Formats: sequence, C-alpha cells, structure tokens
Amino acid sequence: MPKDTGIGASDKRREDIRFLTGAGHYTDDIKHYGATTAIFCRSTVANGIIKSIDTSAAENMPGVLAVFTGADFADVGGNPAGWLINSRDGTPMKEPKRPVLAHGKVRHVGDAYAAVIAETELQARNAAEAIVAEIEELPAIVDMAAALAGDAFVHDEIGTNQCFDWGWIEDNRAATDAAIKAAPHVTTLELVNNRLVPNAMEPRCSIGNYDAGNDSYVLQTTSQNPHLTRLLISAFVMGIPENKLTVIAPDVGGGFGSKIYHYGEEALVLAAARKIGRPVKWTADRTEAFLTDAHGRDHVTKIELACEKDGTFIAFRTETMANVGAYLSNFSTATPTFLHGTLMAGNYTVPNVYVNVKAVFTNTAPVDAYRGAGRPEATYSIERVIDKAARELGIDPIAIRRKNFVKPDQYPFTSAAGLEYDSGNYDALMDTLEKHIDRDGFAARRKASAARGMLRGLGLNAYIEACGIAPSNLVGVLGSRVGLYDAATVRVNATGNLSVMVGAHSHGQGHETVFPQIVGEMLGIDPASIDIVHGDTSKIPFGMGTYGSRSLAVCGSAMVRATEKIIAKAKKIAAHMLEASADDVDFKDGQFTVKGTDKSVSFGEVALKAYIPHNFPLEDIEPGLEETAFYDPANFTYPSGAYACEVEVDPDTGKVRVDRFVAVDDFGNIMNPMIVTGQVHGGLGQGIGQALLEGARYDDDGQLLSASYMDYTMPRADDLPFYTVDHANGTPCTHNPLGVKGCGEAGAIGSPPTIVNAVIDALQSAGKNVTHIDMPLTPLRVWDAMQNA
Amino acid sequence: MYAFEIERPGTIADAVKALQSDGAQALGGGQTLIPTLKARLAAPDVLVSLSAIGEMQGVCLSDDGALCIGAATTHATVARDAAAHFAGLAHLASHIGDPAVRNRGTIGGSLANNDPAACYPAAVLGTGATIITNARQIAADDYFQGMFTTALDEGEVITEVRFPIPQKSHYMKFVQPASRFALVGVFVAKYADGVRVAVTGASEEGVFRWHEAEAALSADFSPKALDALSVDADGMIGDLHGTPDYRAHLVKVMTGRAVTAAT
Ligand SMILES: Cc1cc2nc3c(=O)[nH]c(=O)nc-3n(C[C@H](O)[C@H](O)[C@H](O)COP(=O)(O)OP(=O)(O)OC[C@H]3O[C@@H](n4cnc5c(N)ncnc54)[C@H](O)[C@@H]3O)c2cc1C
Repeated sequence: MPKDTGIGASDKRREDIRFLTGAGHYTDDIKHYGATTAIFCRSTVANGIIKSIDTSAAENMPGVLAVFTGADFADVGGNPAGWLINSRDGTPMKEPKRPVLAHGKVRHVGDAYAAVIAETELQARNAAEAIVAEIEELPAIVDMAAALAGDAFVHDEIGTNQCFDWGWIEDNRAATDAAIKAAPHVTTLELVNNRLVPNAMEPRCSIGNYDAGNDSYVLQTTSQNPHLTRLLISAFVMGIPENKLTVIAPDVGGGFGSKIYHYGEEALVLAAARKIGRPVKWTADRTEAFLTDAHGRDHVTKIELACEKDGTFIAFRTETMANVGAYLSNFSTATPTFLHGTLMAGNYTVPNVYVNVKAVFTNTAPVDAYRGAGRPEATYSIERVIDKAARELGIDPIAIRRKNFVKPDQYPFTSAAGLEYDSGNYDALMDTLEKHIDRDGFAARRKASAARGMLRGLGLNAYIEACGIAPSNLVGVLGSRVGLYDAATVRVNATGNLSVMVGAHSHGQGHETVFPQIVGEMLGIDPASIDIVHGDTSKIPFGMGTYGSRSLAVCGSAMVRATEKIIAKAKKIAAHMLEASADDVDFKDGQFTVKGTDKSVSFGEVALKAYIPHNFPLEDIEPGLEETAFYDPANFTYPSGAYACEVEVDPDTGKVRVDRFVAVDDFGNIMNPMIVTGQVHGGLGQGIGQALLEGARYDDDGQLLSASYMDYTMPRADDLPFYTVDHANGTPCTHNPLGVKGCGEAGAIGSPPTIVNAVIDALQSAGKNVTHIDMPLTPLRVWDAMQNA
Repeated sequence: MYAFEIERPGTIADAVKALQSDGAQALGGGQTLIPTLKARLAAPDVLVSLSAIGEMQGVCLSDDGALCIGAATTHATVARDAAAHFAGLAHLASHIGDPAVRNRGTIGGSLANNDPAACYPAAVLGTGATIITNARQIAADDYFQGMFTTALDEGEVITEVRFPIPQKSHYMKFVQPASRFALVGVFVAKYADGVRVAVTGASEEGVFRWHEAEAALSADFSPKALDALSVDADGMIGDLHGTPDYRAHLVKVMTGRAVTAAT
C-alpha cells in the first residue's frame, strides 16, 4: 500500500513551487551593490604557443577595472586531480599543472588566457575584444591513438600524452589471457563510447566577494559540492585559509557531474574581487558551456567475451583509451578507472576479468564524470558484447544473461573485478521485465511494423552499478586523495520545528522534499515543519556534496544517525520531565511515554524544554537539541536493473523511433516513489540521448563542430517514448540504515545498450549483417550501416 | 551584441528611406538576425524593424486566385490563415522551428536570408511564386542565387510573396536532428500544366528544382514514377548530419513521400 506521508510516500516536490514560479535564486540572480562583470578571452585554436598578450588598449577602455593574464597566476597552485592512479609499472600518473589562466600555451578551443573586469558586461566584452594575443598555432592533437603514437605533446613538460596505463586487476591479467586463449568461443567488439556535453540548463556562474575588513572571501557559485570547491581553492589553488573562505552554491539548475569540479573561473573572480575591492561576477554563455564545461564519456574500447558453447561466460577482457582532454579535471582519473574497471564483471559470475585503461591527453575540453560516470561505459561494453555473443552462439539474449547471473543465495558476492556486491536479485528483475514487455506479442508487433515498411527490434540489457560513492577506506585504497563520507546536523528549534543542515547539495534531486519525509517519520512530526539547509559552507557541516547517486545513501544515512542522536537526547529530557528513567521511556509517533503508564510528553514539549532548561539536571544533560553525525559507509551500494525497449527503424532514412521502454530497477528501499520515477525518467532521457542523438565531435584541427544546439542534438519530448518504470523489486542495501541504494544515474547507465541492442535486432531481422553501430545512432549512421551490410 | 539604434517605421516608403542610411539593416522577426548580433557577427548601426508596417502583414487571395502573403507575416499566421487555401504551404509553415520561432519569424526574413536549409525557399521555388519588393517583381526561378544569396539589391525590401495555388501539393521535411531545419526538404506542387519539385537543405547551391522528377511526375503523379530516377551526390552538402550520398538518397525518398501525401 502506498503511504500518504512519511517514508515511502510520494510527497510532491516542495522546491518545485519556487522553481516553477520564478522564485528560485540561482547564482546569476544574485545582485550585489557595486557588482562588476568578468569576461574571458578564450583560445580559438586547439593548440598554440602564446607569444605575447597586449592588454594595453583594453586597460584604457571605458569602464575597465582590471585585466588578468596567465602571468598573474603563474605562481599560484594548479587545480589538482582528486585521484592518484598508478600505472601498471607502478609509476604514478602524469599530472601536468592546470592553471587558472593558460600560460605559455593554450591547449583547447575555449582555453581562457586572459580576463577583463569592467563596470558593465558590454564594456568588458568590448575590452576583451581589444586584447591582442599573438598565438602561434600548432597542429592539434585530437585522435587518441595518434596522440599515443606521436611525438608532439599536449604538455611538453611530461614528454608523453599518456596520463597513465592502468591494469585492473593486474594480477588477473595472465589468467584472463590464458582463459581467453583456451576458450571455445570468443566474441570481440570494438566500440566508441561517445563524448557528451553535459548541457545543464543553467550555465556556470561565479561571483567573488572580498571583505577587506575581515580579509575574508565569499564565492557564490554553481556547484554540486561547495565544501570540495572550498577545499580545492584553499589547499591547492589559492591558499586562502578555509576559515577565510565561504563557498555558497544556491539554487543550481542542473549539474549532471559538470558542476562537481572546481574551475579556473572561480579562482579568477576571487582574485579579481580582492584586487578591485568590489564584487565580480562571471556568467558563462552557452558557447562557453559547450567549450569549457567538463565533457563526459569518450572511450574507445575493444572488449572480448570468452564463453563456452552453451553461453557460460569464461572471461571479459577490455582495452580502453579514455580521453581526459587537455587538463585533468578533479575526478577525471577516477572515472575511467575505479568507476569503470571495477564494474567490468557486470551482473555475472564470470571468473576472469581484466581491464586495461590508457588515459590520453588531447587538445580538447577536459573530460570528467557525467551522469553515470564510468558505469555507463562499463555497462555499454559488457551488454553490447553479450548481445553479440548471444547472436553468434544462437542463444536467447535473456537466457544467456540468466545463465550467468549472480544468484540470490550468493550474496555477499565478490566479483572477478574485485567489488563485493551486498545484495540483489537479477533473476527477479528479469522476471518482472519479462512480465512488462509482452515478449509473446512481439512477433505480431514486428509484423504490424513491417506492414508499414518499418523494421522492429527488441533490445535488452541488465546492469549493475556501484554508487553511494563513499567508503573512505575503499576509495583511499583505490587512490582517492579525499575521504568520501558525508555529514548532517539536525537542529531542533525551541518551537519544535527543525533545520537540517546537510552536506549533500540538491540541484534538481528533491532533497528538500525527501529528507524531511525521513526525519519527520523518525520524529513523528509533520515534514512541513522541517527545512533542509544546504549549499553554504558557513552553515552546513563538512560534506562531500552530490554526485555518484550518493546523497541519500551517504548523507541521508548521516542525517538518520544525527536524528537517532536527537531521539536519544530527547528521551533523556523527556525522562526528566516525566520523572522516570530514560530506559523506561518509549518514543513513538512523536510521543514520549513512560512504559506501562499513560504519562507522556510530546516531542514539541521536549524541544521547548531543551531551550528553556529551568529546573534542568545540567550535570546530566546539556541544554539545546542539536546533533551532528558524520557517516562513512562500509561499502558502495549496488543498484541493478533489467531494461528492454522496442524500436522501429525506417529503412529508407535510417531514422530510429523508440516505441516502448521498460526500466525495472532495484534501488533497495524507496523513500519517495514519485521522485525515484522522475530520476529514472531523467536518466533515461539522457541515456536515450546518448544512444540516438548526442555526440560532441571535434574536427582534425580541434574545433568543436557540435558547439551549439544547431549541431548538438539534445533529446526533446517527442524523441522519447512513454516509459514503464518499475522499482518494486528492491533488495535493501545491507549496510546503511535506510537500506537505500541510489537512483540518480541508473537510467543513463542502463539505457544506451538497450537501445543499440534493439536497433541491431531490427536490422538483423531484415537480413542486414550489421553487428555494431557506434553511438549516436543518427539516421545517417544507421542508413550508412545498412548500405554497407 | 554591440550597441545599435532601432527604428519602427509604419509604411514601406518610410522603411525604404530609413534603410538608405549607412549601416542600416532590416529587422524581420529577428530569429536569424538577433542571434547573429548576439554572437557579434554583425554590427549594424540602425535596425529598421518591419513589424509595424500594416501593408506588409497578412494572408489574402488576389483576383487571379493567387495566395498573397505580406512579407512581415509570421510563420504562425501563415500556418493558420493559409490552411483553407493552400494546405501544403500551411503545413510547411507549421513545421518551421518551434512556437516561439513561428510567432516571431517572418516569410520575408526567411526568403531574404535564404538559408540553404530553410523551408520557405522550397515552397516559393516549388510553386514558381513571385517575390514582390519595394522596387520590382522577381520570379522565383530568378530569385534564389545560391546559399544565403538572392537577387535582392542593397536596401531592397521584400514586401509580399504571391503563390499560384496548386491542385495538389505537399512539403516533406526530413529534419536535421539538432537544428530541426531541413536536412532535406522537398516541395511538390501539381498544376494543370505540370508538376514542380523543389529541394532545400541538400545542395551546396541552395534550393534547386529537380527537373527529371518534374518531368516524370508530370507524366504520372505517383511515387512509382520516380523509380528509375536517381539524384547525383555531386554538389550535395556533406556535414555531421548527412553525407552527400545520404542527402542525394533522401531527396528521392522525400519526393516520393511528398507525392504520396499530396492533397
Ligand atoms: C530555433 C530556430 C529554429 C528554426 N527552424 C527553422 C526551420 O525549421 N525552417 C526554417 O525555414 N527556418 C527556421 N528558422 C529560421 C526562421 O524561420 C527565421 O524566421 C528566418 O530564418 C528569418 O526570418 P526573420 O523574420 O526572423 O528574419 P530576421 O532574422 O529578422 O532577418 C533575417 C535577414 O533577413 C533580412 N530581412 C528581414 N526581413 C526582410 C524583408 N522583408 N526584406 C528584406 N530583407 C529582410 C534581415 O535584414 C536579415 O538579414 C529557425 C530559427 C530558429 C531560431
């Protein structure tokens, strides 16, 4: 039975009222007295030596307050990578400095080499145009294979374009090679996981403020994790003490990963605010977003699946080149390694897995985590090669997956790629999927499509992901330079309402609705009397922010722990008020009752007492009712799912239409089904976008061809089908208090292979010998593939 | 954007006069021009808005049965007001861009701009319409002179477009996935004295007539009539979204579908 309030109820998203009525406060909405505007000069070439920059004309133009070039930041630190990856030979990855402004060389189109601060945007733009930079263009390094083979380098000082050459698990390499050599059947697939532009609706924006009286700074910025940004600026880039820097991420209009990272523009507005003593704002335009937001994916992969003739998996072996672009963004070294390689056993009991990833510098925008981050790449490779193998062996695509699934009685299950899956039931997910898809009716639907000249295909997929990105212990072993816990403070106010300060940041996820549902249920009070405070380092405890579907699993757990502490203390206060021992006091539905009596006080009365501690046993109980908890889980969480779709391909034009899509997911326990469904819908939109529409393409000169919506195809409502979403098969996570797993990325992880498998099925049904098409499956690519088959 | 002045004359004569000043440029619905200004790719000193000129607005029938459309008429208005007289044209107008674009963009602006992927040029050339300016009348066959190039002189204003109404017509547009302009768009119009076929989006020379298809369809107005024909990929546009071969192929497919759908 769906509940109508509390945990498991589909409370409507309270934050949507302000978003939908224009009452939100995004960074660009913030107006400061005396505010000035920053505009950046950006490279129009992909690779070049900065010979000279003449700023004299710009400096003398009307309204100009300051001009900066790379030289002004030559002595400050670089923006670091958050994960240290070691190569197979034990050497650490190459980490060239990522400066605030390019100095000496520009390394991708959009790389900023100068900035102008002026009274108005118009004046700043005019002055930026008057800056004369002499940049000697060099041949662009764009293709990864060529970058590895060539002798021209994106960063001359490291003498290579290879950031690292990583093996996972290196000790399994020989066994995997041997298993593949001896296997009765090996299926090989070469594929590209296409580069994506994140395209948050709100472009990045940063405002720097400097308070000379206190020698302190405030940065208001579009961030998914303000504490991480503060830490990076303080400890690595600018050396501003953390206690002198407040970072505020107000309402943020979508991030999808691209706003996890610290960017040079944030450092620049702070430095500029200090220099001119006034607030400095920069707002990206859409072109800057295309050119400089960290892109996603961009892997070139060869995967082999070795199996018995009956479809039993023996080994997966993967070789991947992962593009990191011109500079290392903060998570860019973790994404293709630990968020990808560790998942390469998928949902399967396969005994041998080996993954080799070479990360490559190129003259393109930095690449980093984007919704799913590494896990879509893993799932795509695995599930595409399984489909190909099933076809080669003549085995049903569902049967071959079921044959190799980890079975419910095998948990906890340590995969051949080294992770310990705590719970799941992949067969149950597949059962539910089969119920929804009406496979028996497929033949008739295919016939009906054929009557209209259309080719119908059915595509399937199973996925597993690791999310709730945390355990500090585990990520520390894997190379993380930070801990990945989270934190929450529950503050009960004297009048009984609550402010809950959380380390997670909500930029569309609905925390402001869901988190109060949980605390409200635990305390037996109305969620409407609870407000979530997030995004301001001066108000919230030190949390690591929102990405990797971690907010509920990690920060939500911290919030539960802090609430448990509140209950424990409130019990003591209630016991005092009821003249009983705390052990004799029960707490239920917001009432504290002495066992076996009708003596009780309400939570609100206890709260008031905590702040008006007349006649309080001060030696036993402190006044006030506020608790903080930090939570560091024991493991990742492992959501999983089974997806299917049917597509129609128009053989005359190559156009693919998604006719129906079923997503069956195991997210563990569900706190708010409506919000979970919404998260799945959003993820599916992005995944179908990746499969059919989206692709960032650079030409040989390193110019971004798809640098606007004229050429970069965003999914629109009419590109997407109605979805069937089912998350009733949850197996609770075994190690966090809510039993939750995380649902933010699943849709984007599970859908691309589903779509591609369906299109291949459609083409094969027409006798076309097409075994693979690289995403996005645009009409052109599908038609081309059919011509050549 | 750079700073500029704006004028809103109420008559064609005043607009023509205003356009004679140095650095003046006409502003239709601004759907092409404003983004160009924002990107600082154009820097006119004065924009002369045509939106307040009553004599350039609206859709009507002339005495000789042609459909006359004021050049400052928006796509949305054409979609609505041409529907009863010329369904093929109304259908075309209703599939340009999105509602915001259709409520601002004008037929005159589209034709003056002559984007190689724009829709209206296919209808104008596919019907042999007449472009009327403040100075003269220009036959469609003389008007389009290649990508972004037309017969218009400096400062010349399109005031009206006159379409001979076909017995049957249709516009079949295969959209470029990102922009949703025409990757290939084909306008087919059947008249008592023959069929015209115009293709947009495909050629490096801009909109063109497919004469072989016109001859075949004039003899037999059915998709089968195209079976023996093929389109040369030479001179077709190649970009991220379509190779020359693909576009050449689509010209034939879309022409066949336009014939099937013509009403
Ligand atoms: C998101 C988007 C999607 C679009 N999709 C499509 C599509 O699918 N198909 C399609 O065909 N078009 C599409 N367009 C273009 C749209 O139709 C524009 O309206 C058209 O290209 C220009 O018309 P306008 O009235 O806006 O002209 P403006 O942008 O104002 O002007 C364009 C040019 O024409 C000149 N001009 C304007 N009016 C006249 C006149 N009467 N006489 C002489 N010169 C004049 C201007 O000086 C300028 O040089 C799209 C545009 C956008 C923004």
